[in-house]
Amino acid sequence: MLNKEFLLKVGLAEMLKGGVIMDVTNAEQAKIAEDAGAVAVMALERIPADIRADGGVARMSNPTMIKQIQDAVSIPVMAKCRIGHFAEAQILEAVGVDFIDESEVLTPADEHNHIWKHDFKVPFVCGCRDLGEALRRIGEGAAMIRTKGEAGSGNIVEAVRHMRSVQSEMKRVQTLANDELMKYAKDLGAPFELVQYVKEHGKLPVPNFSAGGIATPADAALMMQLGAETNFVGSGIFKSADPEERAKAIVMATTYYDDPDKVAKASEKLGEAMAGLEMGQIPEAELLNKRGW
Amino acid sequence: MSKTIGVLALQGDYAKHAEVIRKLKYDTLFVRDITALKKCDALIIPGGESTTFLNLIDKLGLRKPLMEFGREKAIMGTCAGLIILAAKTDGLNFEPLKLIDLEVSRNAYGRQIDSFVADIELKINGAPARFEGVFIRAPKIVKVSPDVQPLAYYGDDIVMAANKNILVATFHPELTENLYIHNYFLTKFVS
Repeated sequence: MLNKEFLLKVGLAEMLKGGVIMDVTNAEQAKIAEDAGAVAVMALERIPADIRADGGVARMSNPTMIKQIQDAVSIPVMAKCRIGHFAEAQILEAVGVDFIDESEVLTPADEHNHIWKHDFKVPFVCGCRDLGEALRRIGEGAAMIRTKGEAGSGNIVEAVRHMRSVQSEMKRVQTLANDELMKYAKDLGAPFELVQYVKEHGKLPVPNFSAGGIATPADAALMMQLGAETNFVGSGIFKSADPEERAKAIVMATTYYDDPDKVAKASEKLGEAMAGLEMGQIPEAELLNKRGW
Repeated sequence: MSKTIGVLALQGDYAKHAEVIRKLKYDTLFVRDITALKKCDALIIPGGESTTFLNLIDKLGLRKPLMEFGREKAIMGTCAGLIILAAKTDGLNFEPLKLIDLEVSRNAYGRQIDSFVADIELKINGAPARFEGVFIRAPKIVKVSPDVQPLAYYGDDIVMAANKNILVATFHPELTENLYIHNYFLTKFVS
């Protein structure tokens, strides 16, 4: 499956490994993120916590705002389109974003179909809750997978659930005999060839990142130890009391995720983290991670 | 005694380089601090984001140890690794390590949609005529001093170069199956 186009898409995802990708809403925040050591920024009009609070339909960001961010920083700039909204994706590609996130944080445009991502030259990242969902998105052409978690919640519990689910299902696939794979692929609802790939290699064919609820350096270290290769941090930085310091601390904790002394040091002297929500406080209909399939 | 090839593992595709080094039967080590650096006979600085690398290098006090390492021992840098090792670059808040006397322009081919795979021409005795170059948001080498030898071209662009102990490339040999360039680094610069 590694044709040249896909090699380049996955290649950029490889370059982002071990780093932190930060949500930003303007050029000034993008500069703060870059100076703190972010490997990329996600340009969006409202961070997930505000999208959640404001309600209404959440759409692709305005190209003018994306261009301002592209002019402000030299690191890759990502942007989100709605699930299934391939025309938004075409616009983002035309604007020259480096990665598109087909994201459940925005209001879905299609309740049945995700974008056929192989048609694009720009790489895509998609969210997942389990292995089947991850492999379906890769089948459609995603070059990077992330956990959905629960964006804008400041609560790591859903990201942990999704990462553990992906990891344990991958371990399970490796224990299966060849004659059991087809049934397992059917149960997962995943493309058979990709299930075979996981059995053979013990990992996804594309990088596996984490998103949706990271608010502290400890959260970042937790997700890396659970198998994430990079962390997306959304509301966690710019909804905290001290975005600059927190951004730097989360970068440090992501690099040294397996060195508790360094994560402890990075956590010192930080102000208040974002408040965060208990999952039970979020009405079922407002859960972002239930969007897409 | 077998040599240990460190890979700077602050961020980026360091695992890909380590895989190649293991295929070539050398020991490898992820370097995130001075203790690990001291155990290495040579170092690779991988692809990734140069701003993130330099930020962490300074925050962790690795600048001086890396510069001292690079004055005596061999270092290979690919893409962002090249930017870190260069004498001069554009658009960075941080000074590079100045271990090889050449000037680099970052993201010189454009954004991700301008990334490409293309055959490059190696100018090394006994080398295969062509090598598949993977260029991802790649930099360009815009100026080299006389003590730096160009080793590969893509059109008129120098895409690989070296001085006596530092080897740099604007592309990613670690993302292809061909081990030639890593093997060249190990046999010519390390052994």
